[in-house]
This record gives sequence, C-alpha cells and structure tokens, in this order.
Amino acid sequence: MDFFSGLRKLHESLVAREVSPSELVDFSLEQIQAFDEQVQAFVTVTQAQAKERAVHLQDQLLTSWLAGIPFALKDNLCTKDVETTCSSKILRGYHPPYSATVVQKLEDASGILMGKLNMDEFAMGSSTENSAWFPTRNPWRLDCVPGGSSGGAAAAVAAGMVPYALGSDTGGSIRQPAAFCGVVGLKPTYGLVSRFGLVAYASSLDQIGPLTHSVEDAAIVLEAIAGKDRYDATSVAREVPHYIESLTGDIQGLRIGIAKEYFSPNIDSGVRMAVEAAIGQLERLGARIEEVSLPHTPYALAAYYLIAPAEASSNLARYDGVRYGYRAEHAENLLDMYRKTRSEGFGSEVKRRILIGTYALSSGYYDAYYKRAQQVRTLIRQDFDEAFAKVDVIVSPTTPTTAFRLGEKTEDPLTMYMNDICTIPVNLAGLPAISVPCGLADGLPVGFQLIGRMFDEQTLLRTAHAYEQAAGFAPLKPALGVQA
Amino acid sequence: MSLTKAEIQHVAALARLQVAEEEIGVLSEELEKILAYVDQLQQLDVTGIEAMSHVGVTQNVTRPDVPGISLLPEIALANGPDVEEQQFRVPAVLEG
Repeated sequence: MDFFSGLRKLHESLVAREVSPSELVDFSLEQIQAFDEQVQAFVTVTQAQAKERAVHLQDQLLTSWLAGIPFALKDNLCTKDVETTCSSKILRGYHPPYSATVVQKLEDASGILMGKLNMDEFAMGSSTENSAWFPTRNPWRLDCVPGGSSGGAAAAVAAGMVPYALGSDTGGSIRQPAAFCGVVGLKPTYGLVSRFGLVAYASSLDQIGPLTHSVEDAAIVLEAIAGKDRYDATSVAREVPHYIESLTGDIQGLRIGIAKEYFSPNIDSGVRMAVEAAIGQLERLGARIEEVSLPHTPYALAAYYLIAPAEASSNLARYDGVRYGYRAEHAENLLDMYRKTRSEGFGSEVKRRILIGTYALSSGYYDAYYKRAQQVRTLIRQDFDEAFAKVDVIVSPTTPTTAFRLGEKTEDPLTMYMNDICTIPVNLAGLPAISVPCGLADGLPVGFQLIGRMFDEQTLLRTAHAYEQAAGFAPLKPALGVQA
Repeated sequence: MSLTKAEIQHVAALARLQVAEEEIGVLSEELEKILAYVDQLQQLDVTGIEAMSHVGVTQNVTRPDVPGISLLPEIALANGPDVEEQQFRVPAVLEG
C-alpha cells in the first residue's frame, strides 16, 4: 500500500473492501511515525480521533470519493475541539468551538482527519522557518526547506504520510511549497471556496486549496470543498462543475500564453529548462503557444508587500489576549496588557508585517502607499484581462529556484519575499492557478504554473492533467518514501 | 526613505506593539529596505486608475433575518484566558 497512487485507487480499494478505513488510518500513522521525526510536518496528530472515526466508518457505505480516506490540514484551518495555532505562540491552546466550512465538508464526505500541519506563523513566510514551534524539512533533502507557508502540508503529502492535505494561498503559499516538494498544488479562484473558519491573513487575497499527488486528486478534492457558503459573503453562488469530467486529456487547439516577464534572469537555469521542456510537451499535445505581455508583473511584489501587510495589520488586531490564546502576565493596565501580549505572542516576521501594514495605512502615508498599491493592483488585473482575450491559459515557472537550504534566506526578509515573484500576481488578480511537477533539477523537484481565467478551473485542470499524463513520470517520490 | 526612531515608536504604538530599544536598529534597517523596495511603485503613472480593494462581484449579499443556532455562552468563553461570570476579565482600563 502507499498514498502515491491516487485517491481513485484508494476509493476503489475501499469500495471493493480490499482495504478498510482503519487500515488506511494505521498506515498513515505508521508513515508519520517513520518519517515525521525527520520531516516535522505535523504540529498535532489526532491519532485517537482518527482511529475512532475509522471504526465508525467501517460498516458504512463509502459512496463519496473521499470517504474513509485520511487527510490533514494546515494549522490555520479551524477544527472543532482540535488545537488550532497558526504556528503562533499567541494561539497556543486555542481549541476552536467550530470547524471551518471546508473541514465540515470533508467530514460530511466521511474523510478522516489525521492532524494539523506546520506553517509559517499566520501564513507569513515562504519556508516554514517562521513557525513558532519548529521548522519543517523538505522530504527530498532534509537540509532544505519545504517552502511555505503551507510547508507542512506539502511535506506531509510528498513524504506519503497522507494522500492529500488542504493549505491556504495568499501570495503563493500552496503553489510554492508544492513546487519545492514535488506535489500538485491548486489555488482556486477567489470566491470559489469558502474561507469561513480560515484564520485570516490578507482577506482580499486568501484562498484555500488542495495539495495532492496528481491533478485528478486535486480535481476530486476541489469538487468536495468548492461552493457558496452563507457564512462567507465573499464566496460566489455558482454551480460547482464536475471537475473530474473535464480531465479529457485533450488540449488540441488550446491557446497557451507565455509572458516574457515570468522568464526573467532571476529564474535558475535548471528550473527554466524543466519548464521549457513542459511547454514543449504541451505543444506536442496540440496546444498553440503564443507570446503575451504582462507588463506590470515587475511591480506585483511591491504592491503585494503593501496590500497584504496592511490587511494583516487589521486582521491581526484581534489577538489582544482577551478572548482566546496567550495573555501576558504582570500588566499594569489594559493597554499595557495588549502591548505585552502581542509583543511576546507574535514572532518577528509577523511583527514586521504588522508594522509595515500599520505604517502604510497611517495618516499621511495612505495615498502614497496603500492606495497606490491598490491602483497598481488594477493595472495587474488589466494585464491579465488583455492576455486572456488572446489565450486560454498562461504558463510560467512556479518558483525562480528549487528548494533552498534552511537558514539561507532568513537574514534578509526581502530575499525571502522574492520567492513568490511568479505566484503573487495571480492572487492580486484573484485568478486560479495550479503548480504541477515537471521534473527534477539537481535532485530537487521543479514545478510549473498554469494560470487560468476566473472560475475556469476546468480548463486549468484539463491542461495540467493532459501534461501529467503525457509526461508520464507523476507522481514524484522522494527517497524517504521509497525506504518505506 | 528613512524611518526615525520616533516614527518607529509611533507606528508600534498604533499597532499595540512594544519595540525594545535594542531592537530598533535592526528593525529600522529592515523596514527601510522594504520601504525602499516598494518605493518603485512611485515610478508608475496611476492617474485616473481606480483603486482595487477586492476581486470579483460587487453586489449586496442579503438573506432573510431568521434567528439561527449560536454558540452557548460557556462554549464561546471557553478559550478566554481569564473568565468570570460569563464575562472576559481584563486588567484595569482606567488609571488610579
């Protein structure tokens, strides 16, 4: 048994009674036991609850695709009565009184939660080194980072501890770790998936999505979590398509755009070669490759690092030591308690972003920083609108490099931010995008990114799936998994 | 772009954060680098460009005003660090 062969196979084995939910849970626990001491993907393992739930599902009809199948969640998704920390000291001990809508949907589909996954504190970071607990390591090379902020999710899936996980993506936090760990990562269109119960970082950018071993698995999980939710006013009322039916393997005549702005000299040669080979593959499948221009791309990172911190400074105002989480002791008065609690509870990157955001929103600077960044956001959106008048999908590298070493980029925040240069414009425009493994460079996985029109996940998934089938090497397995 | 010590303390006060004297040096260096980087946005002409605050459809979302299930007080208060008689207790708000 393994978790690399996909959800369809697990589902069929369960339906045929060749394997039971309890066996899948035990297998997942064995993998966690065997590898997580090195990888450190999990912050909480819900062993007892998972076993109990598997027994409960034993005699039930497992009709849903995800029924009886283990999964895990990034620790910024609220889970009723299961500690949810966002890898922050300020939320240590927080047991949400409710579950996020996506979590409820997976529970309703008879999925089995195995635990919560490490992340950069409050999803701020690109390496999972900003966790208040411990850094997660890349299963492909333990002295390398798994990416972030959904680093625990990508590493747990890549190491074969769970067949799939949910993460969140504000500027690349699903796609970048997916690329670094050799798994598929999908950021859906803004509004497709409810964020109720996702601890907010930057509300105009955050989306929840799956990390999986294959495009088909991503389609299955997306279908289970998508849809309008009365508890999230930004979720959009649209019929959820049968994503799996769009995986026809046929992309004949599809117009795929390449923007030179995504192939700057910052892109490592190994990454560039793998992505260009993938583009060649798409062309051989009958797609028409066309050049498009996204001229404002170089400004996206700057706009993001004003908009996201500004929203974060507002969203994180709620952590004040009153209603939940950490409270500092020996405070002289209420204001002193707020300041001590927040200064002791938040890590340095979170504080840095709160300060930048507060500065950008403060009197006298609002127009020059925040408002201007929002205007640039409009320009970036218009670039995409014009490009999508000519092409159906845009292709790029997911990241400029493969996974870097732990500690390599922690000294200089800006160098760390540069990691997300290919993924950030997508969040600013609200578009869907997927990172798909396209080979290895120097023994580490490379991912390429496909960007689609709003709510056109079907074309995105169809293209990614066609490539994956033709490339014929998915799913990638780190040596760690092979030792199992 | 440079940030004075007083500016950093002002912003920290707005954000309800404490910045220790010994942190200010490194912090101002880091913040200045980030602000210098984002300053490239000033090169663009954005005259007449609308500010985009969010993605997607701008429409009112309404629903019938029907009472629903809400959390019981003891559950809503269960995570509070200091709770008494169905209330969160905090340090003195007023001096003296």
